[in-house]
Amino acid sequence: MSEREATIFSLIQSCCSEVILNEGSGSFSIQVPSEKLVFVMEHLKKSESLAFVMLLDHLAVDWKEMGEFELVYQLYSFKLDQRIEVTTKIPRAIPNAHSVSRIWPIAEWQEREVYDLFGIYYINHPDLRRLFLEDDWKGFPLRKDYEDPFMLELVKE
Amino acid sequence: MSWEIQTIADRAAGATSMAEVGAYLVLGVVLGLAIVSLMGLILNYSERKICAHIQCRLGPMRVGFHGLLQPIADGVKLLFKEDISPRNADRLVYIMAPFISLLATFLIVVTVPFSPLVQIADLNIGVVYVAAVSGFGVLGVLLAGWSSNNKWSMMGAMRAGAQMVSYELSAVLALLTVVLLSQSLKLSEVVLSQEQGWWIFRAPVVGLVACVIFFVASCAEINRTPFDLAEGESELTAGFHTEYSGLRFALFFLAEFVNMFLVSAMLVTFFLGGWMPFHLGGLTGFNEVMDLLPPGIWFLGKVTVVVLLFMWVRWTFPRLRIDQVMNLEWKILLPIGFANLFLTSIVVLLDLYLF
Amino acid sequence: MIEVGSLKARMESTPGGLKTEEYFVNMGPQHPSTHGVLRLVLKMDGETVREVIPVLGYIHRSIEKIAEHLNGRQIVHLTDRMDYLSSAMNNWAVSLAVEEALQIELNPRIETIRTIVAELERIQSHLLWWGVLGIDLGAVTTFFYGFRDREMITDILEETTGARLTLNYIQPGGLMFDIHPHFVKRVKEVLAHLKIKICEYETLLSENVILQNRLRNVGILTSEKAISMGSTGPVLRGSGVALDLRKQKPYGVYGSVEFDVPVGSVGDSWDRYWVRVEEIRQSMRIIEQLIDNIPEGKFMVMKPAKKLTLPKKSYFGQVETARGILGVYIQGCEKEEPHRVHFRSPNFNNLWVITQIAPGGKMADLVATLSTLDLVIPDIDR
Repeated sequence: MSEREATIFSLIQSCCSEVILNEGSGSFSIQVPSEKLVFVMEHLKKSESLAFVMLLDHLAVDWKEMGEFELVYQLYSFKLDQRIEVTTKIPRAIPNAHSVSRIWPIAEWQEREVYDLFGIYYINHPDLRRLFLEDDWKGFPLRKDYEDPFMLELVKE
Repeated sequence: MSWEIQTIADRAAGATSMAEVGAYLVLGVVLGLAIVSLMGLILNYSERKICAHIQCRLGPMRVGFHGLLQPIADGVKLLFKEDISPRNADRLVYIMAPFISLLATFLIVVTVPFSPLVQIADLNIGVVYVAAVSGFGVLGVLLAGWSSNNKWSMMGAMRAGAQMVSYELSAVLALLTVVLLSQSLKLSEVVLSQEQGWWIFRAPVVGLVACVIFFVASCAEINRTPFDLAEGESELTAGFHTEYSGLRFALFFLAEFVNMFLVSAMLVTFFLGGWMPFHLGGLTGFNEVMDLLPPGIWFLGKVTVVVLLFMWVRWTFPRLRIDQVMNLEWKILLPIGFANLFLTSIVVLLDLYLF
Repeated sequence: MIEVGSLKARMESTPGGLKTEEYFVNMGPQHPSTHGVLRLVLKMDGETVREVIPVLGYIHRSIEKIAEHLNGRQIVHLTDRMDYLSSAMNNWAVSLAVEEALQIELNPRIETIRTIVAELERIQSHLLWWGVLGIDLGAVTTFFYGFRDREMITDILEETTGARLTLNYIQPGGLMFDIHPHFVKRVKEVLAHLKIKICEYETLLSENVILQNRLRNVGILTSEKAISMGSTGPVLRGSGVALDLRKQKPYGVYGSVEFDVPVGSVGDSWDRYWVRVEEIRQSMRIIEQLIDNIPEGKFMVMKPAKKLTLPKKSYFGQVETARGILGVYIQGCEKEEPHRVHFRSPNFNNLWVITQIAPGGKMADLVATLSTLDLVIPDIDR
């Protein structure tokens, strides 16, 4: 972690002390408790000194063994010329997360994509529908336990 | 040199027996049809070849020498294609529309003076007739779009209707300046009036301005780029003829190509002297040299140049937007046309011809 | 019978004049100017677009799911099929992530060749876009001009990589093959040819008054909007934000070459057009600086059979493709196959822009805007 990243981290921690560094990432990454996500995100965008105004990417990772979904947000700040990864973990049994589409409008689509493929329900999302698959598709294909009778099986020895 | 005008209608009128009258009538109709179909073939081929060469391609090369038989092959192909009509189309109108389109073209062919001796009929209100009948063409397009039961077709038809009707105004205004200059509505007399020089040169500036206005307006009337909004391939898929196939589609195509020939012929007749050789006022020696080429060749040569100009424009320019098209007509061309008409009347009154 | 007076009163009482009926049309999935199987449901009022609703998924292949069963070297092959016009750059993004995970150090030869190939791809992608823009606006001739010159570049790439579109050339640890012996000579020839042709393009299309009228003040995307939409690449730079990863976070040998980042001012379609044409020039500048001194060395730094076991960490490799930032998120789990792969495609975010800037414009404006956004649909659907 570089010096600048350390300062940014301390700035974030000053607003929410529950934020921790995410060691499971190759780049500068923080982990936020899911109930604090919107609050931290709002701070990341609105704060003068941080100004992460661009949401580059949003994705989910299915950790089936741990019973968790990991939500990953990639943010970019023009002011600091810095990318930051914000992650949060939600239980696999109750896959609910708060939508950040009011902070970044583009999140509306990115969250729809994640909903489509992982079945994560975003609270306060304006238009939560499937994005790629048909409306009557059963299941969420990118989950690790997804099974499709027509899916080709990999031969495992 | 004095020119003797003799149209086929004149000949029929001067005939001695009914059989002769009938023969001339048949000749007139056959000639008209022959011109329409022949022009369709020639222009189709030349358009494809010219656009190919503008785009650094070769164009049709396989059928016949340098693809000369390609239009015929295409015609045969289109003849044998299935004639589809959409389920909820207005059948009668849908079938009629291409014929109406072609009818308008055919009716104008009748008046075109190809040479002093080759003209089917020379009406003494020729200009009014041309203006009136060319307005008929929009009907075919509108009906086609309306009856297809397709929103894209409908949009194309509405665009075409708005655009063609508007630009007819400017075209007619440009024709009116020539009527003022030649003081006749008869096409053969319009041509004869240019014996001292073509109006585009002889009438100072006003002739040129009227010619440019007519060129732009007729470009819009025949729906060619930059005014091809009615088809607008990238916007409306194919515009008013989206649903047409086979022979009916071919008829639309034919009408489009023949229309291009006709507006070129009209532009030549009104501004470039029609079949009249290039004359310069009183230079008798020069004029006699020019008269050595027969008038028919002069006419076709001039038409070829104008048609090439149309093609060149089409394959170079992007398309305008609908509101820009309307602005160009109502805010630019029409006022200029009116001012030009006014100036022309001054030119005629004070006899300000260049030579 | 309606009396004239009452009709007039009714017209005046209706806000905004006479009421017209709105209707829906389907633009796509088979429409000439959606450049693929994109479907836009348009709510129209006459010629005016009121609302644009994109419908995606017509070419969704779930590359992310397939990639979970492949190793780092194999994923590269799938990325060709996303944004097929900048396939080498897609390969590069995956390679960057995998190389970061395995801590592979590359030699300068690999980096230089990668940069040259990527820039060649950028040029051919922009040339294709330029030609297609012409067709979208009704000038068919530009299409053939653009394709003719693009063909020369794809010929070079074919000689070296064996493919014209899906190059599949850059792979973790280096390149698939060494460059062809004629590569340097032919690249120079193309650069000399393109230099003249670019000026020809400017006279043919850019300086045309109709084109200017069609693009200027059409589809204005302000910089704040562009940022909040997460758009990148020429779309963002056209709006006046100079975000270019080649400058911001230099990868390859971009750090050691000189080039400018063209930036628009208004954010209209014309700015996006201008930015792309200027980018062709800048890419040519980059290649010119590199082509004469490609360092000697191996084209592959690790054995082809080496197992690419990814550590249990996530990596985010990003490159600037012809359309914007492509990010590749790879989550390893101590196996060859990654636990999760995600592609942050630039077109996905750029498409969203159309729903915000097209309403209120004419149908023809929508086509022009769509064209200057330069979308590649397989990249959106993945």
